[in-house]
Amino acid sequence: MATQLLFGLVGIILFLLGVWSFLAHRPLLRKLIALNVMGAGVFHVLVAVAYRGLEKTPDPIPHALVLTGIVVAVSATALALTLGQRLEHEDD
Amino acid sequence: MTLRHLFLLGTLAVIGAALAWVFWDAVAVQAPGRLADMALDRVPESGVSNPVTAVLLNFRAYDTLLELAVLMAAILGIWSTGPDVPGFLPAGEVLEKLTAAIVPLLILSAGYLLWVGGHAPGGAFQAGALLGAAGVILRLSGRPDAGLPPLTWLRLTIVLGVLAFVAAALVLMAAGYGFLTFPLAVAKWVILAIESAATLAIGATLAAAYLAGEPLGVRT
Amino acid sequence: MIDWLALTVALPLLGSVLAAAIPARSPGIGMATGLLTTTAALSVGVLIAHAGELRSDLGGWGVPLGIALQADGLSGALLVMANLVALGISAYALGYFASGLRRHFWPLWLLLWSALNALFLAADVFNIYVTLELLGIAAAALGALTGGQAAIAANLRYLLVGLLGSMTYLLGVAILYTGLGTLDLRLAAESLTPGPLAWTAGALMLGGLLLKAALFPLHFWLPPAHAQAPAPVSAALSALVVKAAFYLVLRLWIDLFAPVVGPGPGILLGALGAGGVIWGSWRAFRSERLKLLAAYSTVAQVGYLFLFFPLLAAAALPKQQELLGALLLLALTHGFAKAGLFLSAGLLQKHAGHDRIAELGPAIRSLPAVAFAMGLAGVALVGLPPSGAFIAKWILLTESFAMDRWWWALVVLVGTLMASAYVFRLLANAFGPAAHQGAVELGGDVQTEKIGRMIQAPALLMALVAAVLLGLGAEPLWTLLGSRSP
Repeated sequence: MATQLLFGLVGIILFLLGVWSFLAHRPLLRKLIALNVMGAGVFHVLVAVAYRGLEKTPDPIPHALVLTGIVVAVSATALALTLGQRLEHEDD
Repeated sequence: MTLRHLFLLGTLAVIGAALAWVFWDAVAVQAPGRLADMALDRVPESGVSNPVTAVLLNFRAYDTLLELAVLMAAILGIWSTGPDVPGFLPAGEVLEKLTAAIVPLLILSAGYLLWVGGHAPGGAFQAGALLGAAGVILRLSGRPDAGLPPLTWLRLTIVLGVLAFVAAALVLMAAGYGFLTFPLAVAKWVILAIESAATLAIGATLAAAYLAGEPLGVRT
Repeated sequence: MIDWLALTVALPLLGSVLAAAIPARSPGIGMATGLLTTTAALSVGVLIAHAGELRSDLGGWGVPLGIALQADGLSGALLVMANLVALGISAYALGYFASGLRRHFWPLWLLLWSALNALFLAADVFNIYVTLELLGIAAAALGALTGGQAAIAANLRYLLVGLLGSMTYLLGVAILYTGLGTLDLRLAAESLTPGPLAWTAGALMLGGLLLKAALFPLHFWLPPAHAQAPAPVSAALSALVVKAAFYLVLRLWIDLFAPVVGPGPGILLGALGAGGVIWGSWRAFRSERLKLLAAYSTVAQVGYLFLFFPLLAAAALPKQQELLGALLLLALTHGFAKAGLFLSAGLLQKHAGHDRIAELGPAIRSLPAVAFAMGLAGVALVGLPPSGAFIAKWILLTESFAMDRWWWALVVLVGTLMASAYVFRLLANAFGPAAHQGAVELGGDVQTEKIGRMIQAPALLMALVAAVLLGLGAEPLWTLLGSRSP
């Protein structure tokens, strides 16, 4: 149970760090990293919820949610990076 | 640290405290039974024995279908921005030998993960990620096409995941079972077929995304 | 047995796959898919009119284990509107895009369509997250289609802000699951009790969605993104995508959070809405460019939609139904009107080579059908009779007075006045000396095009629906929502 709390609280802290960085920093890459850190935070919370102690099998639903979330985050990051690169190249 | 930053940090700290309290309360104090028992009990009816695969490819298959569509949207969006960026120089000897050793291993591991996903941790996304990594390595070591097939075939590969999923769902609906309802007798094979198609699609999409543009192939 | 709900989502997905695999045929595939999907959506609408509600448990697992699709009067009406508008935009897009962009437009457009349908029919909070992401990625990619610096920058910002909203929403979902153990909307509504869980999950989920719905002051990303996108995409963004996010706020509010958080947040939403009405209308009035005017007008219209919240929170049940009907009517009217306006603006821009309002006079005068469409759209945006917006605003006004909250009525009146100002400023250019079709005088090196007859039709049709049909035919809506008409 302490493990669960630790993971969850760390997840919340990561999320807030990501939000702060997104709002406070200007460069695109930092914003994207911030978004991914936010995502990592949410995934931490979900993984924490799935834990049911060492004896029982963990809850598979949050694990599935995390998997879906990771793929979605990667897709969005890929598009954002490509758009950002087009912006940079047009400056040349 | 400007005043604005301080204000932001303060607000976030307050929000964080509230979230932490709610989380602690929900996990430690209330601790409601969530979906775990229900899901684990019904895994035998899903056609696979890995609970996470059962959730992803059967109980909540609709989410996975839309997620594959998200991947497709991303790569289509990337392609719409223009031709791909110039690649890297051909690799030196060390990198070349390492690549020749690692890429086949990655492909084998991907196949293994795909198969084993039915009864142990693994599955289409994990396998697809390995294939994507293989593509990235190929590109980094100087191959401009990242090991991907030519554009017309690549287009087919990209759409394969969503196509297999939607086709299976519509066929099952027409056959009277219901959209995305897999009858137990064929569930395992339908899931495996969808996962195989998805693995190829995910791997190709991730590798193609690394190209940051449409591989029109006008350069040699 | 045909699952019409699932078909509205599956058909565009299939169409997108085919259009992406066979780019040469993408316009034909796109239009055919659009027709089929709209048919499916209309079937859903008809079924709801008879049965009241439609629900489909995907995979046969039932909630809470599986995911359900559901449609009631509210989402059904929005679904039908969205599909009809999307069909009109598709017809317009057939003639709008040159061959280079065409093959990129159709697959992404069909994915956006699928995401919209999936979103209106969603009944599972995590499923909503995935549909939001699909919608956001497709929309941003389409917005940046022209490839210009400004378009890419504006839509990249749109994508990033959208991701911020989605991640916040997702944390809310995680907290909700932690506390309630279910992801289904209906089951969650049954188990949610007043308390910190409701407040935090609500703040996170609604906050993320408000960013996507462009409620003042979170609207900053919208005007550049909508103004820079190609005209059919701008129409979809303003009329449909923003509406979808608003629908989610409304749905979560009514079904999940309003019963447990009290009237305070509703008043806050109303106040921010008022800000949106005033600020959006003012910036629209000051805009030099037509598409920017239309984009700021969207900010204002979204503000109007949020003005209903404090009244909904304070009203008793029968009045709530009437307010909800008015809200729905306003949303539907705006959907058609804004699409009509953007499509007309696109034609003007193509014809004149630019969209600077002050210099659009000759172009407007030489395209009378387009000018008429714009006029009708303007009527619906201002809220003159017989448009649906008039009825909706009338109800909003009378109810605010009836409930002793006259300040909301004041905002509506001021906003309507300002809307008249910017609409008439736009249309003033239309009333000048007549000119031949095609004889447009311009400076030398601007790209212009002749506009064919067919492509003017969708804009005109949609503006007609907004300005006239919805107003005259509003009765069925009230029965759809299950109450007597006013």
